[in-house]
Amino acid sequence: MLYRETGQFKPTYQADQAIFPIAQDRWFITAVLAVAFLVVPLLIDDYWANAIFLPFLAYALAAIGLNILTGYCGQVSLGTGGFMAVGAFSAFKLMTAFPDLNFIIVVILAGGVTALVGVLFGLPSLRIKGFYLAVATLAAQFFLVWLFNKVGWFINYNATGQVTAPPVEFFGVLIIGPEATPPARYLFCLAFVAVFALAAKNIVRGRIGRSWMAIRDMDIAAELIGIRPLEAKLSAFAVSSFYVGMAGALYFAVWLGAAEPGEAFGIEQSFFVLFIIIVGGLGSILGSFLGAAFMVLMPILLKNFMVNGIGVEVVTAKHVEITTMGILIVFFLIVEPHGLARLWQITKEKLRLWPFPH
Amino acid sequence: MSPDFLFFLEIIVSGLMAGVMYSLVALGFVLIFKASGIFNFAQGVLCLFAALALYDFIAPGGWVDRWFGFTLPVWLGIIMTAGVMVIVAWLIERLVLRYLVNQAPIILFMATIGLAYVLEGMGDILFGSDVKPLDIGLPQGASDYMLDTFGLYVEKLEIVAAFVAAALVAVLAVFFQKTRIGRALRAVADDHQAALSVGISLRTIWVIVWSVAGIVAMVAGIMWGSKSGVQFSLSLIALKALPVLILGGFTSVPGAIIGGLIIGVGEKLAEIYVGPLFGGAIENWFAYMLALAFLLVRPQGLFGEKIIERV
Amino acid sequence: MKLTTLAKTVAAAAIAMPLMTAAASAYELVIPTLDYRTGAYAPNGIPFANGFTDYLTLLNNRDGGINGVMIKHVACETAYNTKQGVECYENTKNTEPSGALVYQPLSTGITYQLIPKSAVDKIPVFSMGYGRTSAANGTVFPWIFNFPATYWDQATVFVQYIGDKEGGMDKLKGKKIALVYHNSAYGKEPIRTLQKMSAKYGFSLLLLPVDHPGQEQKATWLQIRRERPDWTLMWGWGVMNQVAIKEAASIRYPMDHFIGVWWSGSENDVEPAGMAANGYLSGAFHAPGDKFPLHDEIKKYVYDKNQGTGERERIGEVLYNRGLVAAVWTVEAIRKAMEIHGTKEVRGEQVRDGFEALDVSEARLKELGLPGFTYAVKITCANHQGPGKVALQQWNAKAKQWKIVTKFYEPLSDITGPLIAEDSAQYAKENGITPRSCN
Repeated sequence: MLYRETGQFKPTYQADQAIFPIAQDRWFITAVLAVAFLVVPLLIDDYWANAIFLPFLAYALAAIGLNILTGYCGQVSLGTGGFMAVGAFSAFKLMTAFPDLNFIIVVILAGGVTALVGVLFGLPSLRIKGFYLAVATLAAQFFLVWLFNKVGWFINYNATGQVTAPPVEFFGVLIIGPEATPPARYLFCLAFVAVFALAAKNIVRGRIGRSWMAIRDMDIAAELIGIRPLEAKLSAFAVSSFYVGMAGALYFAVWLGAAEPGEAFGIEQSFFVLFIIIVGGLGSILGSFLGAAFMVLMPILLKNFMVNGIGVEVVTAKHVEITTMGILIVFFLIVEPHGLARLWQITKEKLRLWPFPH
Repeated sequence: MSPDFLFFLEIIVSGLMAGVMYSLVALGFVLIFKASGIFNFAQGVLCLFAALALYDFIAPGGWVDRWFGFTLPVWLGIIMTAGVMVIVAWLIERLVLRYLVNQAPIILFMATIGLAYVLEGMGDILFGSDVKPLDIGLPQGASDYMLDTFGLYVEKLEIVAAFVAAALVAVLAVFFQKTRIGRALRAVADDHQAALSVGISLRTIWVIVWSVAGIVAMVAGIMWGSKSGVQFSLSLIALKALPVLILGGFTSVPGAIIGGLIIGVGEKLAEIYVGPLFGGAIENWFAYMLALAFLLVRPQGLFGEKIIERV
Repeated sequence: MKLTTLAKTVAAAAIAMPLMTAAASAYELVIPTLDYRTGAYAPNGIPFANGFTDYLTLLNNRDGGINGVMIKHVACETAYNTKQGVECYENTKNTEPSGALVYQPLSTGITYQLIPKSAVDKIPVFSMGYGRTSAANGTVFPWIFNFPATYWDQATVFVQYIGDKEGGMDKLKGKKIALVYHNSAYGKEPIRTLQKMSAKYGFSLLLLPVDHPGQEQKATWLQIRRERPDWTLMWGWGVMNQVAIKEAASIRYPMDHFIGVWWSGSENDVEPAGMAANGYLSGAFHAPGDKFPLHDEIKKYVYDKNQGTGERERIGEVLYNRGLVAAVWTVEAIRKAMEIHGTKEVRGEQVRDGFEALDVSEARLKELGLPGFTYAVKITCANHQGPGKVALQQWNAKAKQWKIVTKFYEPLSDITGPLIAEDSAQYAKENGITPRSCN
């Protein structure tokens, strides 16, 4: 009843090919964006920003990046943490070398640097496939983290080995540093993520995205219909790393503010982003957001529920939390192996018929 | 022998020994991948879980000691732990794998990650998170004979590990080649559907494979646990096994052994002779780079099955 | 679908929970702790957290809190993970009624997160002997306290000890000292200090990094076996310690020439190696063992009432005592803050002043039931690292006991001083901080 496209006629091809061809979808997404841009900033405080929204946005962007590579192009990568580190340290070097550079440019440049590194480490994908490739990307992960840990230039020869993002103003508003207000930091990240999520949605709908999917579904067949694997795979690595790099820059500069290569960008990070896209849904931009929300929120919810809600001892709560996360992941996979995005889709399909199922 | 040569020899020996220790972990991965095509992320946690269980059977202050006031002899403890691993395998099949037949490999991979979380949390709840010294009477320290006679440093524990690994591979080989179950396992590995159609129960086979992998994990857990004490970090040795795995091929038992030896020796040589040029600690990524280099030549690993694709 | 809506409702409620704290009737002193009782480093985190918590429970049970104001202890689990640490910090910092009074971040990563935040949120950070060494400079880091001694102090003390054993600092010339370190910011801390000293005293330095987690150290120890350094220092953490001590024993490295940082010197680190670890040394700024009057009080007022957080027989372990001394200094700072500001309802900002005027003399330690447990600590506006004295403790594998075997050495501040000044100046410049005046 509420969600029905009856009567929505599309007189032009353009309208038919819009990102959200159904009016209700458009309203919904507009409403979500309106809430995100207009309502959330009024309510957000340090806790919501630091514990929920900023990690959610940073991870969502990284997940979009990895989803492009893994979900759309079928190349499993476990090097996300390393690529995020490239983004973060590029941003750090740019911020300290050119303090007056607009931060938008810093983030995009950081993404660009990461894209180059990504292409380099994507080269083996031309020969290696599946889990072999996944483990091979770990080489990138370990090497990059080692590099940032070892070479003093990347951390400006800091005695401590930790990098701290200097305060940054964006058109007169502080967005990085301890004094930056939560709404400012949040809005900056949100704008970034919104714009680039839209861009990603369009890329994967276009020619290049379709060539990735062809490669994913069957690379030999794709070759036969005239898609060059070299071009398709490397472009996927480049675009994916670009996103992951930007996510790394936001993650480091806006969210954490200080980081150490081994701890902040370790292998756990790579796995975490991979969890996000599998839980959220491979090959879905929406899935990246849903997955990030699940992986960031769920542990906090479980913890708050157990510790503040029913008064479980903190350490027991943590153990139960880990176990429950595991159970939930397995449960979701059994119920819906294609992730939360697929659940959402099923919901929509059911809604179309509701309340008359036939 | 000149000291330099002796040192070189020491590195080779230590590398081989370390390689055997990696192989022990990698073997578990191979078994499960071979029989079900699942990349079992939980293998490292299984090692930890087994070692924790064993500790609680045999050590003073463990569960058995606290509840019944005595500790089990080591051999009984090991059998009991093997039993626990079989139960774990059965539970995994009953609660998880059964519902995921025919899913994409990455989904199964993800499910094992979920399992890893569960086992980790359960391990903490059941056994606590302290460092537990595991002493099942394995010899410790350097071999005095080698050290005094040849001036060569070889660790006793690792000699034992080498023998255990050899025995394990022999047993596995016999098991796979000569027994009925072994043949069924190989049939499942080759083709699920064909195996089903000749009357092999996939579920039973999976329980068996996961049990065997659990027992291999126990052996690895004992070896590594004797080395560093049983603690959470034990689950991270899986990361050391991954390069071994891709180098040797996901589906080959001998590959896991040979791969382990190559990685072990390669990373030690690199760390000692090349490492100082770059400031050291290159071991970890070097192992992966080495494996990657092999992969570029043989994309399915040294002994892996050739991937044949048809349109 | 109904399930999702339900889940969302529960979700919203659960998130909102920490924000809906009930108004407390009486004033309480909120002391949050960022514990790590899970994860790879849990074996070290548990005894520390137990020591800290037990002391707070003791005060509440025995004295009714600090000067009659009850303590509200808020534990939060970080698993030694920076991101979870951030969540914990944000979650607990505004706890009613007093707001968090002080944080003990307990991990290098979390400390670096809190350093910039502390000044904005006006909550002092007590990173006891870890974190950013140059925070010793109170003019640049007014909110951070890292007494009683830093890693750099410790490095100078180890070299002095070596000098003593070799028969004088001039005998260090030509000696070889190896540093086996955790390949992270923490592990790299002592390198600059050691390099500076190696230039001054003429010993050669062999740097051997070990990557996290450090279960395989064959390559490292083969190098030590070949190079045969006269002394080996270790900045290790977690499983790396146990493996290193075993490997050292295996290559027959003399244990009494092997010195660990104070995070590599607990029962956990040496016990898996058994008898082989006998004679191993480590740094310390407080005594081990449970033979102090305070321990008896804890047993009486906390454990006899079944309110202890750990096991009774593990009271007095090295890390337990470290948690204890951390709690003691924290509470003394709060007392001082009450005294200075003449109110019992102190806030974080005032506790900072308390830390800055902290003066725990040996006499005061005795009153607290810890005679000779550690040395007197006096903090000033400019000096947040305290006296920086470090002793060495030795492991007796037969008795399963640590014992302090040296005097408390004074650090060589002519070595560390310029390094601290340089590093804090760089931080001040990068972050646009004007050092305050302390006169």
